[in-house]
Amino acid sequence: MKQFLIFVKKEWLHIWRDRRTLFILIWMPIVQIILYGFALTNEVKNSNIAIFDQSQDQASTDISKEIAASRYFNLVKNVHSYQDVGATFRQGKIRLAIIFPVNFRYDLLHSNHAQIQLIADASDPNTANTLTNYAGSIINDYQQSLTNNEQLPYTIKTQVRMLYNPELKGAYSFVPGVMALVLMLVCTMMTSIAIVKEKEMGTMEVILVSPLKPFRIIIAKAVPYLFVSLLNITSILLLSVYVLDVPIVGSLWLLMAESTLFTITSLSLGILISNSAKTQQTAMFIAMMSLFLPTLLFSGFMFPIENMPVPMQVISNVVPSKWFYIIIKDIMIKGLGFTAVWKETLILVGMTMTLLGISIYNFKIRLA
Amino acid sequence: MRMLKFLLQKELKQIFRDPGIIRVLFIMPMVQLLILPLAADYEIKNINLGVVDQDHTEYSRILTNKIIASGYFKLKDYSPTFNQGLKAIELDKTDLIVEIPPHFERDLVKDNQATLFIAVNAINGVKAGLGGAYVQQIIQGYNQNVRMKWIQAPRYSPQPTIDVTYSDWYNPHMNYKVFMVPGILVMLVTMIGSSFAANNIVREKELGTIEQINVSPIKKWQFILGKLIPFWMLALSVLTLGLIIARVVYGIIPLGSYFTIYIFASIYLLAVLGLGLLLSTYAQTQQQSMLVSFFVTMIFNLLSGLYTPIESMPTWAQWITKFNPVSYFIEVMRMVMLKGSGLTDIRFHIVAILGFALFFNGWAVLNYRKRTG
Repeated sequence: MKQFLIFVKKEWLHIWRDRRTLFILIWMPIVQIILYGFALTNEVKNSNIAIFDQSQDQASTDISKEIAASRYFNLVKNVHSYQDVGATFRQGKIRLAIIFPVNFRYDLLHSNHAQIQLIADASDPNTANTLTNYAGSIINDYQQSLTNNEQLPYTIKTQVRMLYNPELKGAYSFVPGVMALVLMLVCTMMTSIAIVKEKEMGTMEVILVSPLKPFRIIIAKAVPYLFVSLLNITSILLLSVYVLDVPIVGSLWLLMAESTLFTITSLSLGILISNSAKTQQTAMFIAMMSLFLPTLLFSGFMFPIENMPVPMQVISNVVPSKWFYIIIKDIMIKGLGFTAVWKETLILVGMTMTLLGISIYNFKIRLA
Repeated sequence: MRMLKFLLQKELKQIFRDPGIIRVLFIMPMVQLLILPLAADYEIKNINLGVVDQDHTEYSRILTNKIIASGYFKLKDYSPTFNQGLKAIELDKTDLIVEIPPHFERDLVKDNQATLFIAVNAINGVKAGLGGAYVQQIIQGYNQNVRMKWIQAPRYSPQPTIDVTYSDWYNPHMNYKVFMVPGILVMLVTMIGSSFAANNIVREKELGTIEQINVSPIKKWQFILGKLIPFWMLALSVLTLGLIIARVVYGIIPLGSYFTIYIFASIYLLAVLGLGLLLSTYAQTQQQSMLVSFFVTMIFNLLSGLYTPIESMPTWAQWITKFNPVSYFIEVMRMVMLKGSGLTDIRFHIVAILGFALFFNGWAVLNYRKRTG
């Protein structure tokens, strides 16, 4: 035990001596949480649009005004020909074009029937969908206003309650997701070079001749990084609550405990990478390339997992951040207790054991 | 010039000597390009529905069927009480509950008015908003049917209607992959370019080989170019491979020309590599340079407009995207590949990216000192 603690101290001194790296490790999550927490949202608003009004009458101007006044749209251009519409799209200036035919108002009032054409830039299908929906409902409202909203018989009223996030703030789904992403990446990258660095620098021999068991060497390497991670978790949670206004509804201690567990999972993954790579460069590259996109895509906060084809859904199960994202959402936002997340917790524990197990099993006590 | 040639030879040899590098450089990105676009689908469909029916009449049954028949919803839970329905939301089994209160049919027919309750899991605001809107639309339609049934008149009053026709340009089948593949490719190329370059000079510093270079009669710009060109070539090959995959596997054939893409990509890579080299001249250890370059690339990637629309970001974040080379490349890729934009359409993007390239590389050359410490 004493040897072990001495080893931990040595590792800690290594980290402490390199203040610059330590500084980066502590500031990185803070900056990222703030940036992403504020900037990332799936909401669609202020989208640039163009209007091609061939009619220029009362009705078309009224609708144009309504649309331009909505917070979803930002009228950047009035175009005067179909060619112009195409050119504006190609310059990437607009996402939607609204086209009024000639005699719009006349048709509407005299034959009770008029047309509006919406052309969306569907290279981004989701935004296109959302924007046409918004524009459609503004036009619909205008149409309703023409009939003066008479009270109709047999009316079904609907009362909608938005659970957990009544204001529909983007941060509620993005902050937990970003937490999972940032913790995963930062922690894995921290330890990913822990062992390989010694190999590359040639200091590995010294460690190998020490009487410490491989198991202890590996744990000792991870412990100091765990302290740094705890600091990261604390700062991230403080920022979520006080800066990004995402409350912690459930138990803070449970949340801390689960975050610590997830951190240990990530550190173990880093150690596994470190153990199998030959150079620091390869190690960090694997950590970065193989984790960034998969973590981002498979956590479920950016792209709904239930939308994916079944093989992808199966793959998503091996991504630890998916489980962690469910856990934080349940505790932090829904306010549920341990009974709701024990299964996910167990999965993370299992993953950690497996990762550490493989690392220890593969840890070579002899150099090639 | 001959000096540069030797330097390039040396760098290329060094890169290709490590078989692990080739794996991470080529195989990993390509595998990701093959797998990830399948997962990146943000269309709102398959909303899991819970129904709490306390009325048990023909009306409530027809309404439930109508909602399911719309295609947006999948019935996942059918509970007798609201509290049980809520449990299903807590467990993520359902996203939305429609509660039909007792006496729904009686109230509607006798009192001319009845109320339905809808509860939505709103953690994901966009999904909740759209899901709520879909349900309400369906209920409106159902309401219309009920009226038709009870009011026998042909139609109450001919009301002026506006027909909205929709056209979806550039991607009429609303294929999400067409949108994601070019973006993911940009991201992969960027990650490869910047982090490899970032690591490179530092590696020489850490291994001590930089002293040899420092004592040799190599000029600063030669040294920087010698570091830059090999990675530039590698990144362009990764891009080429990616474009082939986009074409062969995903059937994405650019509407614009490959020439335009390559012109832009060549300048873009100079900018990204320059940034990597710049970081590399500041860092003392590989760990530092990798962490910082990773940090910067991650911010660039996430705030590039690939995942979330730039115009929805707060103004300060939109300003950050103006200084983000990745957002330019993503936009250009989409413009050229999907909309057929040409060089004149992207001239501002080219000027901007050229600016980045000069700025980062100039700074890197200035900051690189032929002394260590």
